[in-house]
Amino acid sequence: MKTSYREAMRTAIREAMLRDDRVFLMGEDVGHYGGCYAVSLGLLEEFGPERIRDTPLSESGFVGAGIGAALGGMRPIVEIMTVNFSLLALDQIINNAATLSHMSGGQFSVPIVIRMTTGAGRQLAAQHSHSLEGWYAHIPGLRIVAPATLADARGMLWTALEDPDPVLLFEHGTLYNVQGELDDDAGPVDIATAAVRRPGDQVSLITYGGTLPTALDAADRLAAEGIEAEVLDLRSLRPLDDAALAATVGKTHRAVVVDEGWRSGSLSAEISARITENLFYDLDAPVGRVCSAEVPMPYARHLELAALPTADRVVAAVHEVVHAGG
Amino acid sequence: MTHQTTDRTTAALPGIDPAHRELALHLLHQMLRVRRLEETCVELYSASKIRGFLHVQIGEEAVAAGVMSALGPEDAVVATYREHGHALLRGVPAGAILAEMYGKQEGCCRGRGGSMHLFDAGTRFFGGNAIVAGGLPVAVGLALADRMQGRDRVTACFFGDGAVAEGEFHESLNLAALWQLPVLFCCENNLYAMGTSLTLTESQTDLALKAAGYEIPAWGVDGMDALAVAEASRRAVDAVRSGGGPHFLEMRTFRFRAHSMFDPERYRDKAEVAQWVERDPIDTLRAHLGLPDDEWAALRTDVDAELQQAVAFAEAGTDEPVEELTRWVYSERGAR
Repeated sequence: MKTSYREAMRTAIREAMLRDDRVFLMGEDVGHYGGCYAVSLGLLEEFGPERIRDTPLSESGFVGAGIGAALGGMRPIVEIMTVNFSLLALDQIINNAATLSHMSGGQFSVPIVIRMTTGAGRQLAAQHSHSLEGWYAHIPGLRIVAPATLADARGMLWTALEDPDPVLLFEHGTLYNVQGELDDDAGPVDIATAAVRRPGDQVSLITYGGTLPTALDAADRLAAEGIEAEVLDLRSLRPLDDAALAATVGKTHRAVVVDEGWRSGSLSAEISARITENLFYDLDAPVGRVCSAEVPMPYARHLELAALPTADRVVAAVHEVVHAGG
Repeated sequence: MTHQTTDRTTAALPGIDPAHRELALHLLHQMLRVRRLEETCVELYSASKIRGFLHVQIGEEAVAAGVMSALGPEDAVVATYREHGHALLRGVPAGAILAEMYGKQEGCCRGRGGSMHLFDAGTRFFGGNAIVAGGLPVAVGLALADRMQGRDRVTACFFGDGAVAEGEFHESLNLAALWQLPVLFCCENNLYAMGTSLTLTESQTDLALKAAGYEIPAWGVDGMDALAVAEASRRAVDAVRSGGGPHFLEMRTFRFRAHSMFDPERYRDKAEVAQWVERDPIDTLRAHLGLPDDEWAALRTDVDAELQQAVAFAEAGTDEPVEELTRWVYSERGAR
């Protein structure tokens, strides 16, 4: 079946609503508007306003209400328009959702799924474009996932809803229109392991979400010049799949992390550190990184492109690590 | 909530209706339990048995006692970091509360929460929230779950006057009113947000009026009068439970002690404190009841015995093995 990332996500929500009447969707413009990115288009008509619940512009209020509803036995899907807006709900996400299980000595759990759009590439400038999922991956008590493929867009939501703990699901804004084939019976997928999207044996490109297509593009170009890159899609940013990192770096002995987040104090820094700590003697070269330039995202197209990880920059980074060392 | 009373209630005084006397005695007993728990906490803090931040509600006991008397076991409670008394009156044993403050695994949260984060699933006590106003959205969500699942429960949400300045207060009142959710908002207005007077933080100091702006029925209540709080709570809980949407009680009260154990109280006059102490909710109710000295002494003996047992329970508490440090960061119950 030909479908898009957006439609796959919508199908996932719809199916979860049909499977479990405790599931409901809540967020800004999810109902009458049809979803800021049209993910929930048509769901209000199908499920009604109790279960497709438009909220006021009160991120902390409705995220906290989702947490309370989860404590009260519901299975809420809370949509936040963009990761930048989620900063208005940080108190609820970090002080409540992430802590309640531990702080209560395991008496309570918070089975909430919070979906949000992340990333740049659409000239939305510095308040709608940042990739802050790495920040959230810093927080114990949260699970962070980033579906990058149609199958994951279709399959991660149900698994996330079945998880007893809060799951934040990051959808890169440039992926919604990606088209492809998906089996009609495509089902749930796990939310804990990484996946090799392209096998190779000379260098590992470690990435997730919106930069997966970038890494795959770079890998094609590298193949044309005789460098076989393996592309690892992390899928889960917390927990990180250490076994998958070990497997790919153990095979290729060289790694480049491609992450749209900033470099300083980042997820890419964590991945690089883990490789260095755990796999130092497997490495033939220092770990490379391709990240966003350390600026608030600019509006002008040429500046935005200059700030983002591109296939050109990935190829250049691979050249450096391939030509370094032995 | 059962009205736990002793055999002594049978000695009704002339002129006081027996049911009224039973409720009053119940409230007096509950307030005394809170008072003695808090006094015990202060002593134990001074003896370094309890560490961290400690906030006691001495002077404010009428609020928790009155509201709790109106709730049923299926209802939910969300409270603040000044919540020892709320937990106790909700039914969490004093021993489990003190053991929690001792950091022992016999504590109600296995020593992971401490004074500011008491939780108890069995009595539907959802904290213990140390972020001012952080509990309000959660209370709205608990009520939303009840509404969506067709249960006629009430969620009582306690917060102080300081919370009224937070955005989460306004977001939560709006949501609850917009969706007509069964929340009882219980504002414990003790006139100071830590050390800053309400008059220095709010353009409108009539807090019930703010709630009324969200189309929420809101009443000001004398928070030093346990009977008044109980009566207002009963009416509000009945209204909320029967589908009347959220209600708001502004209970005007006062904390007799410092904000925490680290507060030199530079921000308020001793005379102001003394004025409020004259309205001590326990003394007031005791006088109202005309409780004879022997009955009062017997009540005190009961409560002191409860606290002695609680301290002994906490003292006998054990340290959780450090190997369990990272348990419950994620749920151990697995997928449901």
